[in-house]
Amino acid sequence: MADPTEIYTSPHVLEYPYARSTGPIIGAFLTALRDGKIVGVKGSKGRVIVPPTEYDPDTAEETSGIVDVGPGGVIETWAWVDTPRFDAPLDTPFAWALIRLDGADTAMLHVVAAPTSDVVVTGTRVTAEFRPAAERVGSMHDLRCFVLEGK
Amino acid sequence: MAAEETAQGPVTMLSTPIRLDYNFTAGVAQSKSLRGYAEGRFIGQRCPVCKKVYVPSRGSCPKDAVATTEEVVLPNTATVTTFCVVNVPFAGQSIEIPYITASILLDGADITFMGLIQGIAPEDVEMGLRVEAVWVPKEELGPTLASVKYFQPTGEPNREVSTFAEHL
Ligand SMILES: [Zn+2]
Repeated sequence: MADPTEIYTSPHVLEYPYARSTGPIIGAFLTALRDGKIVGVKGSKGRVIVPPTEYDPDTAEETSGIVDVGPGGVIETWAWVDTPRFDAPLDTPFAWALIRLDGADTAMLHVVAAPTSDVVVTGTRVTAEFRPAAERVGSMHDLRCFVLEGK
Repeated sequence: MAAEETAQGPVTMLSTPIRLDYNFTAGVAQSKSLRGYAEGRFIGQRCPVCKKVYVPSRGSCPKDAVATTEEVVLPNTATVTTFCVVNVPFAGQSIEIPYITASILLDGADITFMGLIQGIAPEDVEMGLRVEAVWVPKEELGPTLASVKYFQPTGEPNREVSTFAEHL
């Protein structure tokens, strides 16, 4: 007979399998990632926005012109993850960072792999590390992480 | 490989599943109903003010805002208040279509819960159909409504809709 005072708990999973159409601009960004490159888009006054958007967030004007950026860049701000969760992009400690890629005027959120937190500082140069071509599918995850430049 | 790569068109779609992994804690009242399923019986609770019987028990009456503490064991027999014939396949479906899912009003209960109806052709189901719970074999009983395999017709005449209209 069951314990008459037991409070039951049980694991639940809720998942929605969304698929979204990318549109021409995000589509170009993801296509470039699949090709092992990073691109941005020209916004108002020639400002380069990365990841690219269809409209300039400051002026609401339509953006135009895909341009190559990176693969190197600079860490603007960062947060160190000492204990990665089960669904983290890396299973060793890493940093979430806003990275301003060479040729870009905005920063992009991504992962920085580093041996210890003390080497991750604002202004540190990093470079993109892609997954092997055969594994790339046209997703932000095609860009595995950024690593410290020259290390 | 390289030829294949260049043959790929531009990316136009993106898979973005949203997933929540969490633990659900049933609480005292619902745990009583869940324990009932493990014992092969329905356990509800009666409101001390309006006397309505809630199953599965939630621990309080939403109408009177008082705690429900009196336990009520309910029978296996019930009435179908409303129902839906499911003809549309969807991801994760575990039962062959068409099948009937119904609002089940256990005899003596004042609220319905969802249940699967089997043992009757979809075109023969009507509001007021009398049904009874069929439980899984004793060794498979657990603290889950999945302990009820389905509801099947008892063969009694249908109830008049007017007799359960307040539960629709
Ligand atoms: Zn009440």
